[in-house]
Amino acid sequence: MKSFLSAVRLALRAIGRSKLRAGLTVLGILIGVAAVVVVVALGTGVRQKVLGEISTLGANIIYIFPQATNASGAQRDSGRLTEADGLAILKEATSVAAVTPYSSLSAQVVADDKNVATQIMGTAQSYWAVRDFKFVAGQSWTDSDELLKAKVCVIGDTVRENLFGERDPVGQYVRIGRYPYRVIGVLAKKGQSPFGEDQDDRVLMPIGSFRARIMPTTPGRVHQLMASATDARTVDRAVMQVEQILRQRHKIDPDDEPDFVIRTQAELRRSQEQIFDSLQVLLASIAAVSLLVGGIGVMNIMLVSVTERTREIGIRMAIGAAEGDIMVQFLVEAVVLSLIGGILGLGLGLGLISVLTQALGWSMELPLSAVIAALGTSGGIGVVFGFFPARRAAQLDPIVALRNE
Amino acid sequence: MASDPIIQLLGVGKDYATEAVVVHAMKTVDLTIERGDFVAIVGQSGSGKSTMMNIIGCLDRPTRGRYLLDGIDVTERSNDARAIVRNRLIGFVFQGFNLLPRTTALENVELPLVYRGVSARDRHAWALRALSQVNLADRLHHTPNQLSGGQQQRVAIARALVTEPPLLLADEPTGNLDTRTSFEVLGLLQQLNRSGITICLVTHEPDIAACASRVVQMRDGRIRSDTHNDRPLDALAALAELPSDGADAVVTQ
Repeated sequence: MKSFLSAVRLALRAIGRSKLRAGLTVLGILIGVAAVVVVVALGTGVRQKVLGEISTLGANIIYIFPQATNASGAQRDSGRLTEADGLAILKEATSVAAVTPYSSLSAQVVADDKNVATQIMGTAQSYWAVRDFKFVAGQSWTDSDELLKAKVCVIGDTVRENLFGERDPVGQYVRIGRYPYRVIGVLAKKGQSPFGEDQDDRVLMPIGSFRARIMPTTPGRVHQLMASATDARTVDRAVMQVEQILRQRHKIDPDDEPDFVIRTQAELRRSQEQIFDSLQVLLASIAAVSLLVGGIGVMNIMLVSVTERTREIGIRMAIGAAEGDIMVQFLVEAVVLSLIGGILGLGLGLGLISVLTQALGWSMELPLSAVIAALGTSGGIGVVFGFFPARRAAQLDPIVALRNE
Repeated sequence: MASDPIIQLLGVGKDYATEAVVVHAMKTVDLTIERGDFVAIVGQSGSGKSTMMNIIGCLDRPTRGRYLLDGIDVTERSNDARAIVRNRLIGFVFQGFNLLPRTTALENVELPLVYRGVSARDRHAWALRALSQVNLADRLHHTPNQLSGGQQQRVAIARALVTEPPLLLADEPTGNLDTRTSFEVLGLLQQLNRSGITICLVTHEPDIAACASRVVQMRDGRIRSDTHNDRPLDALAALAELPSDGADAVVTQ
């Protein structure tokens, strides 16, 4: 331990003798380590942000989309999902807690002198539960509103802000197309969805009202069905049940492509995680290349150092340094050099992370394992790239080394 | 006098293979040096004296023959074993001093003890004692470039002495020194020799060789003559006889 400390002291002194050179070498490692550290932290930040967005979709959610299929060369009508399908699912699928129909259209919404383009959605009361929406003002429509296709609507926070500002929108009217609709509720802010849309920029109404006045379509036809499983553990079973029921209702042979697609939040999360994993590996590899370049810098400077100090090596050998002693001296020097780079790089990385955290507003974190890995890697670089120069030093012939000027 | 050899070269030779030819730097040499002797090896450059010195110093391996140092056959020993031999049995003094630059006298002298694994406190004490022996106790924290040539060579001698080796090898120790300083350094070596240490010195200056009690002359890789000097020149007495402004004076025989 003591001799190790004195070896470190010796290395620090040798490094201190050529500060500029050592500084530039350290810079190579520093940039590499900082890059790796920032990439890892950015990765965790983006991941948390997107996974957070995915969780805003509602727990245990199952999306059912229609899908165009080709049967016997003839393209069948796509979008065959109906409200009746939803009711059947709710009735027959034991693992499904709720089903809600869903159709949407972009349209202008007018209130007084304000006019905004937003997404109009037709759905049912079950939507709030399935998508986990809360009300901050007013309330949902009722069964009778749904039956009577009433001209009522619930608005998202962005629409409220754009149309009403500080005013209380409940009881006010908005005009969509030719008809006025009474605002009866305002939804709590939810933020961005993982698909990049603003989940608060919307006007919702009973799907009957939607079909009657906003987007006339075949009765019962919906753009999408959303279901929620009874529990996180029953999602897979719910998906199976939904598939079975819909195949039966749509008369699709077990071997044929179904005319619908089922997606779950878990699937979405998995696919997003996969994207992040591969992205992170890619970025970290690029950052690691800069570490490699830094390592080559260490090796380069150590080779220069060995050449410059050939005579010193000869002297040390003449007075009794074994090959191992010389080897250790130069290895420790290389490791100390790269560890300095590692520590400074870690510091720079942490600084950049805190700046980025403030600038982007993401919660980024650097796992302890990454800190250890950064320091371990820089130390390892010292060993790997210091090995060859150190061995070259240790294998010098003492006579040749002593004769060196 | 009972024979107690510290160095025994038995049919030792050294060849160097260059690109085209093999150079016989040292032909077959037999040489025995008794413990406590003061031997000067003289010869012109290319005579093989440096090659012999490197072999004696365990810095180089002979091509043939056997070399016994302090009774140990070191011919075939591993590099690490030879490093230990150099550390324990031999003290080196070079023409160019060969001190570590930007390193204080004290640290330079401590260095052989570092490789011997001596504790820091003992290192310090031993190095202090060795530096006092060469009258440099007041220059402990000077770096080589703050010391004169003679002082540097005395630091080097202290470094060679600090491990208390039985053998001190000096390769042209006065080559870079003026006459006065040369005699000072030689006086120191003679003094050490009287305290029992064997000294083997390479030189091409006759008045330096005159201070030794045995002179081995090399030529063309062989020993040409081997003479005992019953009345070696006392370096300190010679120093006293030099003119006081004698830095540039030449000693004539």
